[in-house]
Amino acid sequence: MEKSTWSTKTGLAQMLKGGVIMDVVTPEQARIAEAAGAVAVMALERVPADIRAQGGVARMSDPALIQSIIESVTIPVMAKARIGHFVEAQILQALGVDYIDESEVLTPADDEHHIDKHAFRVPFVCGCRNLGEALRRITEGAAMLRTKGEAGTGNVVEAVRHARSVYGEIRRLQSMDRNELYTAAKHLQAPYELVQQVAETGRLPVVNFAAGGIATPADAALMMQIGVDGVFVGSGIFKSGDPERRARAIVAATTHYNNPALLAEISKDLGEPMVGIEISTIPAEQLLASRGW
Amino acid sequence: MTQTVGILALQGDFAEHEAMLRRMGVATRQVRLPQDLADVDRLIIPGGESTTMGTLLHRYNLFGPIQQRSAEGMPVWGTCAGAILLARTIQEGIPDQPALQLMDITVRRNGYGRQTDSFEVDLALPILGARPLRGIFIRAPLIVAAAPHVEILADLGAHGGIVAARQGHLLATTFHPELTPDDRLHRYFLEF
Repeated sequence: MEKSTWSTKTGLAQMLKGGVIMDVVTPEQARIAEAAGAVAVMALERVPADIRAQGGVARMSDPALIQSIIESVTIPVMAKARIGHFVEAQILQALGVDYIDESEVLTPADDEHHIDKHAFRVPFVCGCRNLGEALRRITEGAAMLRTKGEAGTGNVVEAVRHARSVYGEIRRLQSMDRNELYTAAKHLQAPYELVQQVAETGRLPVVNFAAGGIATPADAALMMQIGVDGVFVGSGIFKSGDPERRARAIVAATTHYNNPALLAEISKDLGEPMVGIEISTIPAEQLLASRGW
Repeated sequence: MTQTVGILALQGDFAEHEAMLRRMGVATRQVRLPQDLADVDRLIIPGGESTTMGTLLHRYNLFGPIQQRSAEGMPVWGTCAGAILLARTIQEGIPDQPALQLMDITVRRNGYGRQTDSFEVDLALPILGARPLRGIFIRAPLIVAAAPHVEILADLGAHGGIVAARQGHLLATTFHPELTPDDRLHRYFLEF
């Protein structure tokens, strides 16, 4: 019997496909998310919208809070460590979380290196803006990816940009011959073997969700139609007027993403969405997506 | 006889089952709404989150139609979350967890612990011959009890209990053959 193999790590992400992973800050929110049909919850002290508003250094959440959320639900629980902060990751593994998000939403702890994720028994999910970033994270051991978007904005435009970038670059690789693939690997700053594998299969070797700015059922369905495997919703649910209703609607929209008539029904009477932020009004140094190397 | 295998596509790894069946040359259909069941001859309930699938089965009125087709003899196979949805009794579920309750088995969710307890092991499945099948168990449930008329197909004994069981036209496995290249269990189900 072998535990924590590559198949069990990437396999859990495969089981989450077609689902919604919701940010929660209390056990009560976690139970609401579970009852609404979330496939997993992300346990944290502050949702990205509050991290953005309050500023300062954002760190791993209090282990007591994460523990209480683990104890309150039966679905997988994820938690965030700072980029490069392998000790926060060790602590999260010791707590028994099911997935660690090495996340740009927290303040990076290392401005050159990411965590060596192969060294852990618990699987990792990492953010990416483009194919090169995605393949570098897989090389370091990420068993799941999420396009970054711009967390805490309620604005889907960056999520769309990053997903289109990843899938567009995959389609370009598929049209290249061997000579061109070597150069493509150099430009992508990614290992040739992975680049060649993506060119051959036409897909990423791990599951990829969308994140960062999804606030409505239509946003979730948009990302699914663009080609992601599922969605993370951070501030979009519990910063809205009727979280329970919105959570159920986004779950349903992620399943029925290709059925506009049903999406119309799903999108009715959901109350106020979270307030959105226009990306161009955010100072460059406050953009979270540019964190990660 | 050409047949169409329906795959419940509310959430989970339905695309992996679909890819396996297509490699075998079998026609498939994704099932999200009751009308999708009309032209399927058998049904696979994939791995995923049983609470999510149960919520969506309830919301889109799929419980009745699936139970009725099963009563008429349609073969149904549940892998992992699918096995939970087939079980008569669920332990460690959420309050009033919705389920199909077709098979006379008791299933404990997260029967082996959390994700870091997920594992792989070579499984002896006599119905498939001498060669073992690679079992991938991911936050897997455990079949803790089965009625006498339920056939136990694989049992890890002290290392993990019952992991595959059959009751007539119903099949429950707590692992994921769809994540391996081995299609023998899919072929076995197509013979039902």
